Amino acid sequence: MVERRATLGILAHAVMILGMLIVAFPLYLAFVASTHTSQEIVQAPMPMLPGGHFWENYVAALTGHGGGAGSNAPVGRMMWVSLVTALVITFGKIAVSLLSAFALVYFRFPFRGAFFWAIFVTLMLPVEVRILPTYKVVSDLGMLNSYAGLTIPLIASATATFLFRQFFLTVPEELVEAARMDGAGPMRFFWDILLPLSKTSIAALFVIQFIYGWNQYLWPLLATTSEDMYPVVVGIKRMIAGGDSGNEWNIVMATAIMAMLPPAVVVIFMQRWFVKGLVDTEK
Amino acid sequence: MNLKPFALASGMLALALSGNAHAQVEVQWWHSMTGGLNEWVNDLAKDFNASQKDYKVVPTFKGNYDEAMTAAMAAFRAGNAPHILQVFEVGTATMMAAKGAVKPVGEVMKQSGVSFDPKAYVPAVSAYYTAPSGEMMSFPFNSSTTIFYYNKDAFKAAGLDPNKAPTTWPEVTLAAAKLKANGSKCPYTTSWMSWVHLESFSLWHNTLFATQNNGFGGPSARLAFNSPLHLRHFENLSNMAKQGLFVYKGRASVAVPSFVSGECAMFTGSSGSYADVARGAKFAYGLAALPYYPDVAGAPQNTAIGGASLWVMSGKKPAEYKGVAEFFKYLSNPEVQSASHKRTGYLPITMAAYQLTEKSGFYKEKPGTDVAVTQMIRKTTDKSRGIRLGNFVQIRTILDEETEAIWSGKKEPKEALEAAMKRGNEQLERFEKASKASAL
Amino acid sequence: MEKRVRFTSAWLPWVLLAPQVVIIGVFFFWPAAQAVLQSLQVQDSFGLSTEWAGLDNFKTLFSDSAYLESFKTTAIFSVLVAVLGIALSLMLAIFADRVIKGALLYKTMLIVPYAVAPAVAGVLWVFMFSPSIGVVAYGLARFFGFEWNHLLDSTHAMSLIVAAATWKQISYNFLFFLAGLQSIPKSLIEAAAIDGARPWRRFWSIQFPLLSPTTFFLLVINMVYAFFDTFAIIDATTSGGPGRDTVIMVYKVYQDGVKGGDIGSSAAQSVVLMLIVVSLTVLQFRYVEKKVNY
Repeated sequence: MVERRATLGILAHAVMILGMLIVAFPLYLAFVASTHTSQEIVQAPMPMLPGGHFWENYVAALTGHGGGAGSNAPVGRMMWVSLVTALVITFGKIAVSLLSAFALVYFRFPFRGAFFWAIFVTLMLPVEVRILPTYKVVSDLGMLNSYAGLTIPLIASATATFLFRQFFLTVPEELVEAARMDGAGPMRFFWDILLPLSKTSIAALFVIQFIYGWNQYLWPLLATTSEDMYPVVVGIKRMIAGGDSGNEWNIVMATAIMAMLPPAVVVIFMQRWFVKGLVDTEK
Repeated sequence: MNLKPFALASGMLALALSGNAHAQVEVQWWHSMTGGLNEWVNDLAKDFNASQKDYKVVPTFKGNYDEAMTAAMAAFRAGNAPHILQVFEVGTATMMAAKGAVKPVGEVMKQSGVSFDPKAYVPAVSAYYTAPSGEMMSFPFNSSTTIFYYNKDAFKAAGLDPNKAPTTWPEVTLAAAKLKANGSKCPYTTSWMSWVHLESFSLWHNTLFATQNNGFGGPSARLAFNSPLHLRHFENLSNMAKQGLFVYKGRASVAVPSFVSGECAMFTGSSGSYADVARGAKFAYGLAALPYYPDVAGAPQNTAIGGASLWVMSGKKPAEYKGVAEFFKYLSNPEVQSASHKRTGYLPITMAAYQLTEKSGFYKEKPGTDVAVTQMIRKTTDKSRGIRLGNFVQIRTILDEETEAIWSGKKEPKEALEAAMKRGNEQLERFEKASKASAL
Repeated sequence: MEKRVRFTSAWLPWVLLAPQVVIIGVFFFWPAAQAVLQSLQVQDSFGLSTEWAGLDNFKTLFSDSAYLESFKTTAIFSVLVAVLGIALSLMLAIFADRVIKGALLYKTMLIVPYAVAPAVAGVLWVFMFSPSIGVVAYGLARFFGFEWNHLLDSTHAMSLIVAAATWKQISYNFLFFLAGLQSIPKSLIEAAAIDGARPWRRFWSIQFPLLSPTTFFLLVINMVYAFFDTFAIIDATTSGGPGRDTVIMVYKVYQDGVKGGDIGSSAAQSVVLMLIVVSLTVLQFRYVEKKVNY
């Protein structure tokens, strides 16, 4: 950073390591659990170091020999469905919200405030309560068991619009004035100036929305009619025996870890965008 | 004469006809089985489909019981419900009250002309899913019941006879005391507090849990577990808890790992937990019948079922119902039943299946696996057929909440049971009102 | 809002808004209206019979002491989750911003927990805190002599759900704070450093104010999250126990609606919940947004 303060540097690393240990601890546990036998895990307490069953558990999870992924070999299929769903939701939400936030911040038109609140209020009704009527709408539109049905209803949320609104409000007015003076229309301003400035927000949202789309459970469960449109989290849930019968936690954890890899890759990949972006731009 | 068009036409006709003969009727089956049970369900469907050409059963996992119910309700309202829905036992009253949405199994079988003898089923199992009129409403599928597990190694170490399980609650208390004296931090625990200690407890002692024969008589039933017997039992448990003989380990089946890991020496829970125990326990264990109070007349009677049954949704075509009927007939087949019972630990639902399993020597190989069955092969009385109460999910939650107050020392047993009854009855009133509305 | 330079066009803003408005119209407002309608009715689970109940569902709710208790529980829970979530992640983000060596590792490990599927996260918390088999519970007993039992102790239970709910949000907040910090031009900070301002000072006078739009965003989002998205964590860890001490309002909606099939009551509860959160949000926009530097 700016100066080299040794103590602050050490403190920063210490805080980071501590934070990382605490926040990532559950993940570590999941990984450890995925390398033991299920018998070892249920003996209290669970072992804290990885065991020797890494390969056999992961192979079992992939090929479906362990407790229950069973004849449903399609781990690959589920990952594909999750991928498509996550990407469509992510791009859809970002695109739609960029446009709405742009309209809300940079234009004056009647009922502008009402529209903002209308969009905003979509965050405030729990899913469970509207899931039955939403299902009916999707069913009536013939969208069940399709990627459209899995994704479009989930693009309806306001988080992204809100975030972009916040960001757009921080963009200095001089930029807009300069653009207007150059004779640029609003869409020109949008493409050439606003979008590039928004890179880090878009990157952050990309990560969040991708993970959100990737981890969908309840809606796909309802909105599909055949198991081959199930995303990966439904598959994981299908392995976790509730109620009475036995769980093979080691295989469940192995599957869960594998299911986390694509989002993890997205997280790593998008981080470059955080550092690029605006740091060099003179505002 | 040019025969070609004729040949062509008859060829096409033959094709068309043969096409129809092979057109399979699909039967959609929504279920909540996960893990190894998920495989079991898929195998059942696969084997049935392979055994005949006319029908194809398609099982679809729809989340846990709550989620599957929600999915079914949503689908029904939108006009695309499945044919068969697996519903857990506490949802029975709700399903029965939904008269327009379900088709009684008895009716399905009769209308499809498939032979069906209600008497072939184990009484205490099928009674739960049968209407007072005698008509079977849903098809018992995966049923378990409450039994007693104990750690034989811990018994030996505490000076108790490992081959003699405590049969009465006083014996359990004595055993717990000895275990504690030997250093056990958790002599006894339980899962499913309401199912084991209130519902099954009541049936086992031929005592009412709720009026109107536990709800079989109609929705005007109200809770009745403030009887002296129930109170006495909970005061015993409360005393045990205070002395560290009974340790509360959580709701539902959260307590199972406590037994499997060896922490708790005695455990009451579902016969279905056998799979967990067999796989994970590193000690010698035994299964036995649920304990009872020997001075109560009529005890031990039979215990309460847990698990789920298969309901048939209404609004489908007769050809599809025939497929459902054939599938249920297949499931009732003694060989199929026996294989399922051995594989999953769930109760066999027909007497023939039980006898077949016994003949195969299975119970000798795996001692204790017949305990659950013997608890249920009794002729039920009016008071012991089962529990048929509406809003039962909420009522169980209420019972969990109020009894927790006892173990945490916040309420005395009498107070907790009365509070539970009051809140539970509010739920029953609400259900009665809603039922009257739908009966109109 | 405030004085801004704007574009003028009669039709463009409508076109820009159209996609979002159409989607939320069809997939939110239409179903939501039906949900609100259901709060005024008593229905059986399958929708076969519907009776008009007017405000009866609401009246029943407010005369239920269990429901009123959940208000207090919800308030405590939400404040704790929002405050802890924001404070902890802000601190982590500031330090992450400074670090160069190992930055990728730290940042990845702090963000990836967000990718844990909620179903799996619940299970992990049980593995950690179950009084019987949880490693943390075991560690607490073994090394600190502290008996952890969230099954019977309300404070333990509340701490557990706060920790579990906050944990998920730390990654989320961290990510946005990081993005926000990274978008502050280095030149500003360098100028301040040259002027002799120390790190703490620089934070308060430059970074925090410039971060305020993000902070406001996260404040609102965290509050919404605490009120609406946390029932799954509670279901997996305490199920609302012991007794009813960790039943927050949205969990009750889930209990009554999904588990109990009581559509009317859960719809009524959702309406109440929605009104509360909308009011809180309006308050935030009115009073807190004033302090935000745009």
